[in-house]
Amino acid sequence: MTIVPVISLEPEIQSRRTARHVFNVILRDPLSLISTIVIILFILIAIFCYQVAPYPLEGAGKTNVANSLLPPSLEHPFGCDKLGRDVLSRVIVGARPALIVPIGVVAFAVLIGAPLGAIAGFKGGWIDEIIMRVTDLFLAFPSLLLAMAIASALGRGIQNAAIALIVSWWPWYTRLVRGVTISLKERYFVEAAQAIGVRESVIILRHILPNTISAILVQATVDLGTVILAMGGLAFLGLGTQPPSPDWGLMVSEGRTYILEQWWISTFPGLAIFVVVLAFNLIGDTLRDIFDPRQYR
Amino acid sequence: MHRLEFILRRLLSSIFVLIGVSIITFTVARVIPSNAAAMYIGPKARPEDIARVTVKLGLDKPLPEQYLVYMGELLHGDLGTSIGTKRPVLMELSGRLPATLELLFTGMLIAVIVGVPMGVLSARWQGKPADVFVRVIAIIGVSMPAFYLGLLLQILFFSRLDLLPLAGRFSNELRFTNPINLLTNFLLIDALIMRNWIALKDVAYHLVLPALTLAAFPAGLIARMTRASMLEVMEQDYIRTARAYGIRETVIVYIYALKNALSPTLTVIGLTFAFALTGTFFVEVIFNWPGLGLFTVHSLLNVDYPAIMGITLFGSVMYVLINLAVDLLQAWIDPRISLK
Repeated sequence: MTIVPVISLEPEIQSRRTARHVFNVILRDPLSLISTIVIILFILIAIFCYQVAPYPLEGAGKTNVANSLLPPSLEHPFGCDKLGRDVLSRVIVGARPALIVPIGVVAFAVLIGAPLGAIAGFKGGWIDEIIMRVTDLFLAFPSLLLAMAIASALGRGIQNAAIALIVSWWPWYTRLVRGVTISLKERYFVEAAQAIGVRESVIILRHILPNTISAILVQATVDLGTVILAMGGLAFLGLGTQPPSPDWGLMVSEGRTYILEQWWISTFPGLAIFVVVLAFNLIGDTLRDIFDPRQYR
Repeated sequence: MHRLEFILRRLLSSIFVLIGVSIITFTVARVIPSNAAAMYIGPKARPEDIARVTVKLGLDKPLPEQYLVYMGELLHGDLGTSIGTKRPVLMELSGRLPATLELLFTGMLIAVIVGVPMGVLSARWQGKPADVFVRVIAIIGVSMPAFYLGLLLQILFFSRLDLLPLAGRFSNELRFTNPINLLTNFLLIDALIMRNWIALKDVAYHLVLPALTLAAFPAGLIARMTRASMLEVMEQDYIRTARAYGIRETVIVYIYALKNALSPTLTVIGLTFAFALTGTFFVEVIFNWPGLGLFTVHSLLNVDYPAIMGITLFGSVMYVLINLAVDLLQAWIDPRISLK
């Protein structure tokens, strides 16, 4: 008697797990749609920064002392910094370390964390125990503090800051994917695959991981805002991108001395961080309302 | 009995986590940097000096042995010597801790006082203008980098309105006109003990902007979580029953629902408390606040590994202890938890 409704429920639950469903949810909500457009715009600007920036050389770090501390004008809409570099160009070029690198960080964290989570959840027993205890250790640190320590130990620089953030963030995905895997393991398609003797590695790769994608996408969207803030923080402290290269967090820090008179140096890069993080959080809110990744934990 | 077992098991697992944490901290601070001895001496290190310091610091011994020595010293309360200041790390940290804690407590107090009612109001008026307003404020709070908000507040309240001081813990002239005897190093408390009202006002004024900057993120997070857990509780049967009995909505929301929504909120408050510690580092840099943060940032930039080890250890110990406290508190509030 009870089996009938369970089976009829399967297709509906199934559709909620696909990536396409995640995108449909975003497209239907106006605020999320605008946020998505904003983010795509920023990503395009970051990719084509040297074509878009009005003064690409200054964006990359070339100084032009004659323009030192020029206020915003038509030629320099965001003004110029201490070394006379166009702030708009630097915000545009700085989008690479400030936005693209965090996206890469989350991607790598997923690539490390998700398979481990799937293995832990699928295998169970002592393998699960070892993976999860190690995960717990990493989660016992405030993530940003751990990232700061690692970034400092590896040596200042954007690459090391990225590595530090990956090391601090992968455990969240292990925990998430493990939870989803455990709930998937008892489903008929996995049991069926096991029954006909499909290899475990194939089951994990072909049947488990693809079904965790929507949960991962939702969590990654929510996390991206946090990772961008963390990356901005590392850059602000001087542990990320090194001058003369631009980075939003670093630019806020560089303009700090002039904040009371030449407010534009710090204000615009800071605004860029705020807008991008806000956009990711708005999308994350919509997704979380519908999917709620917590339900798997 | 269940509850006692839960508490014991939770305590035991915390101890294991702390041992693991010390291993990770050790690895990060001692194994990753390529030449710790050279860093200890400084840029002008000669090879023979490096060799001598390597032996002195025990860096020539195998790593497991180094770890055991480190643990032994740690258990005796010895966190090593700071490379930057050449003073014991423990002394450096404990001397600066009160300034950071004063900021942290004030900030978190503001976050809770603002965040929880915001979340409750938002849930009470779900979909109404009040709800929209709270959600906008809350999402701005969690999207704003602390280091940016601090600068904006400085521009507004110092530069434009001239209402509040720019930075520091107190005005310089206070040292001469109304000095504070440092008893607890919590300046608010010290000034209060002395009944030094002028100093108290000065210290409080200096605390406003840093505390607000620090509070923004946790307040937004707490408001969002309180709202979510309130809405979840409001859907439960006992609330519907209460409504069917004709109990006033105000009573239902503020007494019946809030009581059960507080437990998840408590978890969030605990977690954000630990996150806020990292937040203070940024706030301290911006407001030139003489606490742990300024020292930490300096140590991080100069790879002062004993200091970094001490700070990360302190941060994670605090994190683990707060988590433990929250879990125990919840088991005490909500008996269902320990029975799981």
